Amino acid sequence: MTHLILRRLATSVLILLAVSLLVFVATLLLPGDPAQAILGQQATPERLAALREQMNLNDPIWQRYLSWLGDLTVGDFGVSAASGGPVIALLGERIGASLVLLVAAASISIPVGLLVGTYSALHRGRTGDHITTGASLVLAALPEFVIGIWLITVFSTTIFPILPSVTMAPPGEAVWNYPSQLVLPALTLVLVVTPYITRMMRATMLEVLDSGYVEMARLKGVPERQVIVRHALPHALSPVAQVIAIQLAWMAGGVVVVEFLFRYPGIGQALVDAVANRDVQVAQALSILIAAVYIVVNLLADMVGILTNPKLRTGGSR
Amino acid sequence: MSVIDSPQLVEREVEAPPGLLRRLIRQRQAKIGVALTAAVVLIALFGPLVLPWGATGYTSTEFAGRPFKPEGLFGTDNLGRDVLTRFLDGGLRLLMFAALATLLGMIIGGLSGMAAAYRGGIVDSAIMRSNDVLLALPQLVFALLAITVLGPQSWVLVTVIAITHAPRIARVTRSATVAVVTEDFIRASEMYAVPKWKILVQDVLPNITGPLMVELGLRMTYSIGALASLSFLGLGMQPPTADWGLMINENRIALAIQPWGVILPVLAIAVLTVGTNLITDSLARASANLNVGESK
Repeated sequence: MTHLILRRLATSVLILLAVSLLVFVATLLLPGDPAQAILGQQATPERLAALREQMNLNDPIWQRYLSWLGDLTVGDFGVSAASGGPVIALLGERIGASLVLLVAAASISIPVGLLVGTYSALHRGRTGDHITTGASLVLAALPEFVIGIWLITVFSTTIFPILPSVTMAPPGEAVWNYPSQLVLPALTLVLVVTPYITRMMRATMLEVLDSGYVEMARLKGVPERQVIVRHALPHALSPVAQVIAIQLAWMAGGVVVVEFLFRYPGIGQALVDAVANRDVQVAQALSILIAAVYIVVNLLADMVGILTNPKLRTGGSR
Repeated sequence: MSVIDSPQLVEREVEAPPGLLRRLIRQRQAKIGVALTAAVVLIALFGPLVLPWGATGYTSTEFAGRPFKPEGLFGTDNLGRDVLTRFLDGGLRLLMFAALATLLGMIIGGLSGMAAAYRGGIVDSAIMRSNDVLLALPQLVFALLAITVLGPQSWVLVTVIAITHAPRIARVTRSATVAVVTEDFIRASEMYAVPKWKILVQDVLPNITGPLMVELGLRMTYSIGALASLSFLGLGMQPPTADWGLMINENRIALAIQPWGVILPVLAIAVLTVGTNLITDSLARASANLNVGESK
């Protein structure tokens, strides 16, 4: 088992390295000279040459990659081409703001998804099941901004104008001081993510309820409540953990559209701005950051999978 | 010969289970899905032919004009363009690009998945490991990175969405192919020295159509969502192109006073993606027992 975990860990590190290489190579494809881009058209050749030297643009590519990677590991994400300031200063606050949003959405959607999925499985074929299955099928199809716009239309403009549609925390002040502004962005993420958890929970729960050991427990006379809580639920949870992880990882990317829609001051908004301004350093840093979150969450999911799989619990297996 | 032509065998063939498509359309859910999808596709296809105010849609100088006036059924947007005209004109490109991206992704992913499963060994690990790398970047982030570097041109959008689909399709294709390549009829073809590409096309492909069709539907839904999202972010279709995603972005400022410019495209995208997803879900159910039926 340790062997498996170590191997999985090594794969993750390799994948992260490969992603960093991909992101680095992407910037090499950028037409034009980065030094020229910073200094503008009027720059003198001497200044251009000096800046090139300062940015190490004259070094061979592999050397530039290694030094860029080295800077990343100590938290130096370079200098933003658009604002001129260091990227890390730009992102510091925004990472916190995005995390608040993600944690809020996750802590609602995971329990709700599990509960609704279990309910649906226990009421298989009845009206409640049909309603939840249909609703999750519809919600799973909708792009996140469609759900968001719909929420804005309903809750902040026409029908119940009770919630703010944009985030307007004064600069420098934390977003969580204005909880009402968090509601709609978090709700959008919840509505996007929950259907997948619900569907997976329903499917695995149905499988478990049909299994031999649940039938055995019922035949033995174990109370139905205990059958579900003690025998069925724990076995259904482990495959669902994978789906939850995939959804959490997806949120790291999906947060981009939601933050843009609600003008939420997080990393997603920063990424869209960076792409619009073609600010490569910031886009690079954010891609690596989001990829790292994605990889770590998937790694954790696999760890949970390995640790909870009884077939891998015996020592000698590889 | 006489054994093969015996009436018993013929009868069994007649009673063979119905094909994937027939089993699909038998479901009520699939019918709803087809109806929803067809409605939006028809609007997108024939909309550009009946534009009330020409291709630009300029009607008046009234910005964010109220709906239900003689100038236009749904009013005008913030630049005085007829909302209905922009709506009718804005679906075709989204549909075309989404279909192109899906097809390209299916070709790349399908071929590499089949190659990985059939060749095995180093080809397999090379393809699947590079898939792992691509899968480590969220789809949208990968697209944004490509757009930063290459700019928001149409071919970039189509290619980048196809590339983000490919590894996911390759995984599905590979696992479906692995289950087929050990069958006896593949070994038989190999013994007759049929070329490898011919085995893949003639023997393997027909046996993995079920999962491939499901994947096609799923990827189409996501392609539409991804393209619309990129346009909504202002990084897909560029103004003054009429496009549903872009339209939502342009008109959402005036949501409180002139909601039609947002409601129409949001509704169209929602109906379209829900429709394709209903079809995909029915396809998955129809193909779940397809291969069981065929092997009998």
